[in-house]
Amino acid sequence: MRPDPEGLLPATEPVTLIDSDGAPVTPARAAVPSETSPADVVGPETQALDAPAPHGCRQLPPTHDLVAALGAMIAARRFNDQAYALVRQGRLAVYPSSHGQEACQVAAAHVLSDGDWLFPTYRDTAAVVARGVDPGQALTLLSGEWHHGWDVAAHRVAPLTTPLATQLPHAVGVAHAARLRGEDTVVLALCGDGGTSEGDFHEALNFAAVLHAPVVFLVQNNTFAISVPLSRQTAAPSLAHKGAGYGIPGERVDGNDVAALLSVLGAAVGAARTGDGPQLVEAHTYRMQAHTNADDATRYRDDDEVAAWSRRDPIDRLRTFLTGRGDVDEARLSTFADDAERMAARLREELATDLRHDPSELFEYVYATPTPQLREQLAMLRDEAERDLGGVSR
Amino acid sequence: MNEKLTMAQALNRALRDAMAADESVYVFGEDVGRLGGVFRITDGLAAEFGEDRCFDTPLAEAGIVGVAVGMAMNGMRPVVEMQFDAFAYPAFEQITSHVAKMRNRTRGQVPLPMVIRVPYAGGIGGVEHHSDSSEAYFAHTPGLHVVTPSDPADAYGLLRAAIASDDPVVFLEPKKLYFGADEVDLDLPVAPVGRAVVRRPGTDATLIAYGPSVPVALDAAAAAAAEGRSLQVLDVRSLQPFDDETVCRAVRSTGRAVVVAEAPGFASVASEIAARVTERCWDALAAPVGRVTGLDIPYPPPKLEHLHLPDVDRVLDAVDDLRWEEGT
Repeated sequence: MRPDPEGLLPATEPVTLIDSDGAPVTPARAAVPSETSPADVVGPETQALDAPAPHGCRQLPPTHDLVAALGAMIAARRFNDQAYALVRQGRLAVYPSSHGQEACQVAAAHVLSDGDWLFPTYRDTAAVVARGVDPGQALTLLSGEWHHGWDVAAHRVAPLTTPLATQLPHAVGVAHAARLRGEDTVVLALCGDGGTSEGDFHEALNFAAVLHAPVVFLVQNNTFAISVPLSRQTAAPSLAHKGAGYGIPGERVDGNDVAALLSVLGAAVGAARTGDGPQLVEAHTYRMQAHTNADDATRYRDDDEVAAWSRRDPIDRLRTFLTGRGDVDEARLSTFADDAERMAARLREELATDLRHDPSELFEYVYATPTPQLREQLAMLRDEAERDLGGVSR
Repeated sequence: MNEKLTMAQALNRALRDAMAADESVYVFGEDVGRLGGVFRITDGLAAEFGEDRCFDTPLAEAGIVGVAVGMAMNGMRPVVEMQFDAFAYPAFEQITSHVAKMRNRTRGQVPLPMVIRVPYAGGIGGVEHHSDSSEAYFAHTPGLHVVTPSDPADAYGLLRAAIASDDPVVFLEPKKLYFGADEVDLDLPVAPVGRAVVRRPGTDATLIAYGPSVPVALDAAAAAAAEGRSLQVLDVRSLQPFDDETVCRAVRSTGRAVVVAEAPGFASVASEIAARVTERCWDALAAPVGRVTGLDIPYPPPKLEHLHLPDVDRVLDAVDDLRWEEGT
């Protein structure tokens, strides 16, 4: 049976449960327009709790989930900023930071069960760490030691993917294989607003829908693809609207509100797990820093816009909410900060030394067994190394 | 057990036997289900194994290969069909950036045991985009195995080997040879990918060919024999890994070589073979290695393709140019 098109469309406004002041969004409050601020021009507004939504009624997640998310976001922020600093120190080649997007990063990891899979992009190392991967291993690609660093099968986290949206069909394949075996695995696949323009985004959503694969596509709409704004990327009413064209329900969520993210993504994961097929979620957030350290964001956006988004910071918002309710105290916040600091120290230590590489590594993993030609090339490298040691030069 | 099969039937048999032997083998692509593929290579598989094991996909090659990557990451052995050579190009990024690199980037943790079947090359009167020889793109990409059979027996054996391989294999099927029949021994043990084979013994010069060009080389050798010249024919079979050892042994035994291949010659597999043979057999060569390839043009329309494709006369002309007056 073909789905009702109306039921596939996202709500008019992104789902928000805790507003940027750290206050819970209530129907009464949402009905009253808030004071106009620069942020209103560039970002999402709030949505009433009782507004119709394809994924059902929105409720605040349990307090212990929110407290855990706060701790993880504090760690993710520290991780982002430590990694950014490590580029300046020459320990990382480059770092695409998710500073400001920590709510999306943490929620993407926290809504998954152990048997589920996460497919990250290059900007999602914080989500990878939130899923339990060692921070140093999460940065192997960017450290230049190798292209990938963690145990894929153990963590069920795919390698960071750089070519945009190309990981999305892989996510569909993993989900389809699991479904064929009768497993209840869900795959959460990440991409950005720019990635939605790629052909692989379209093909992945279409395949997922036709195969009824249990995939949740989370688009972190941070409003920029390097320098190009969303208006140059799409003329769609929203990125979540794209789901309807494939028969996939789409939903929009305030990407700086981790409570709303846990609620919306949790519902999407649950729907995929119980046989409702793929789900599309667009999270409205903002890339607070440049694309990478090598980028100069002042060439394409104003400080005012960045400042407006800094007032919607996902960590400040949740901290205000939880401290206001007495769910976390100063001691707990100190513990979170100390834990994050220890993680950062460990990361600095881990990345302080270059690994020793043997030339054979270059050839070892190209094929299951190195070809005769690769063995010849290894012999050539060894010969060069011996001549260098012997002081023989040409 | 010997059976007379066309290459198309041999490929179908290989898929069926592989699916019966290993329940992690899945076959999918465009029109491969109820129709059995436009060349009928997957005929009857959906009926025999069910529509989970052999299924039609949306018409999108990058999606087909990308989904196969994910299934291979999660314990399956996908065998996907690209309907025609030039229709595989939308999957090029998936093939070169992911299929070829996944094992390497994950230090061997995530091998991708998958096969990408591509009906390729010309000679069937196909209109534009149905006759490309695309092997160089894949053979140039480290991490892929690239094989191409030239007869039904090899089609069966190589496809079984490709499906059993833990490396991704681009399996190039010469369309014009699909419906030629020959005896196939289905009980022979599956030979590993990577070995060339001498198809016809000879003493004066070696013709090195693969896929659709092997029958051309064999015909040329038969014609040369009638003129008193003994040409050895070598079938490369596996473009990557490349069997330098067998190729060099063959060329050294004759001292002269011509490479025959349909693809445009510039920056081609034929050029790579000529360079390798020259480097490795220089002391045994009585003449520069010759090449008979397709012209350096976009594949021509059907009524002109005979001008493009290597044929017996062009091969014999190249053999005539191997400096017979100076050599021994």
